[in-house]
Amino acid sequence: MRSSVLPVLTVIGLILAIWYVGSVAMNQKWTRDQAARTGAELTFAQIVADTMNQRRPLLPPPHQVASALWDGVTKEPVTSRRSLVYHSWITIEATLAGFSLGLVIGVSMAVGIVYFRVLDASLMPWAVISQTIPIIALAPMIVVLSNSLGLGERLGVENRLVSKAIIAAYLSFFPVLVGMVKGLRSPDSMQTDLLTTYNATGWQSFAKLRLPASMPYLFASLKVAIAAALVGAIVGELPTGAVEGLGARMLVASQFGQPLLMWASLFAAAIVAGLLIIVVGGIERLAARRMGVRP
Amino acid sequence: MMGANPQPEWLWGAVAVWLGLWALNVVLARHARWAVPLVFGLAVLVLWEGVTRGLGVPEVILPAPTVVARTFAASTAMLWGDFVQTIVRGALPGYAMGCGAAVVLAVLIDRSPFLTRGLLPVGNFVAALPIVGIAPIMVTWFGFGWQSKAAVVFAMVFFPVLINTVAGLSAAERMQRDLMRTYAAGYWQTLVKLRLPAAMPFIFNGLKIATTLALIGAIVAEFFGSPTRGMGFRISTAVGSLALPLVWSHIAVAALAGTVFFGIVTAMERRVTFWHPSHRARK
Repeated sequence: MRSSVLPVLTVIGLILAIWYVGSVAMNQKWTRDQAARTGAELTFAQIVADTMNQRRPLLPPPHQVASALWDGVTKEPVTSRRSLVYHSWITIEATLAGFSLGLVIGVSMAVGIVYFRVLDASLMPWAVISQTIPIIALAPMIVVLSNSLGLGERLGVENRLVSKAIIAAYLSFFPVLVGMVKGLRSPDSMQTDLLTTYNATGWQSFAKLRLPASMPYLFASLKVAIAAALVGAIVGELPTGAVEGLGARMLVASQFGQPLLMWASLFAAAIVAGLLIIVVGGIERLAARRMGVRP
Repeated sequence: MMGANPQPEWLWGAVAVWLGLWALNVVLARHARWAVPLVFGLAVLVLWEGVTRGLGVPEVILPAPTVVARTFAASTAMLWGDFVQTIVRGALPGYAMGCGAAVVLAVLIDRSPFLTRGLLPVGNFVAALPIVGIAPIMVTWFGFGWQSKAAVVFAMVFFPVLINTVAGLSAAERMQRDLMRTYAAGYWQTLVKLRLPAAMPFIFNGLKIATTLALIGAIVAEFFGSPTRGMGFRISTAVGSLALPLVWSHIAVAALAGTVFFGIVTAMERRVTFWHPSHRARK
């Protein structure tokens, strides 16, 4: 693991270098236009210095994004509408709700598919097809549906949360389903035969063999699923006229011409994705230790 | 409109047909597996029709399949125009450029084991990010036309294909590489004859993931600004005016396009990687 630290840092350094060059190249036109208006002559160094500190750059350089992100996280109280922590929490809420829903749907469909041949033959192809449908086409529809059915009021939460959670669940159930089907089928015939010789019931062989055997597969796909759920929650905020959440923040920033805010929200979303994946990884390690896996 | 008054006989009829088709599926699952998903899909449609008619669900909540089909048939010209704008002009060029660039970059980076080791974790992380969020940025950079959509699609498909290709290029086994060495094959010969073919299952895995991402990217980008046509544009305006049958027609087009796109890539995969165990086993 340690041997990959230096290469990773090199790659990140390369990306930052390309980014800086890109922001000079993209922002210099504005600088030149401003200079031409006042008739001033600029040296190359002056142009570069100016592209680093514009108020509305086309491509903000990394340090501007970092400082906007830092301001958004630390300068405002977390309950403020201008705090990125507040908006991140709104999105995380929807992500977790959708993720849990997707987890329940995915696992129960997987159990059904593994135990019933009819379900295997009829559900599996449609589960695959469901992922080729661009969910975003459904997103505005889901919002209208959950609003007009008043799903949120019945559950005691906001309507917006419900529609975002449904979209997040739609994107996250599939990795869970695929991983879980694979995992539940992973015990080989030697192991199932052994349970038969123990005269184990169907339930016992499920609880003592298939379920534990499926855990590594489940956790591998949970990491994919939580990232997909976050994408779903953000996408769910875009076309729905949401006013809160990271997706809504991006939308507002783009409409009001605040590129720094837009980039800061984008990176806040990236950090949230990283944190969620780390949390799932931590739970995986805990579960593995509880189940007696020795490193 | 239809559905204003509940017609309970539709509901019970549909439930009866559903149960009948389910029983048929139980039999089919043993003898003709390929027919099962079709019958299942048909059963869902029948149930949907029956529920919307039987309970008198208003059209603004959920239109019946027959209503959607009628709208679909009546507005094929518009649907075709939107399809061309979003899929043919936005998604496909972005998909082709993004996947092409990713494969080329992967082959270049593969020459340096140092960079490869650094790229894999970074690429894996970036592939998990909500890249779709760059849609508003791309619209400000490239304008409302298809270029911004293609750019979003490019960015979305790039990383999954990149990391899959990089992983695939190391899939050729030591023994096979040594064999190429004994044949005195050069770098390019080894690449073209052994490593790229061996990487194909991985590359196609990335390409298949990318098909859905491409459609999502092209449609999302249209929510941030588009000429007055395109599927994303039409869906958001149609939802605004509660023209739900039209929205569902577009969803049908999107589903069809997504499935056909995925199907084409899968068919190509079968032809290219016919030697792979997962395809040989099926015959």
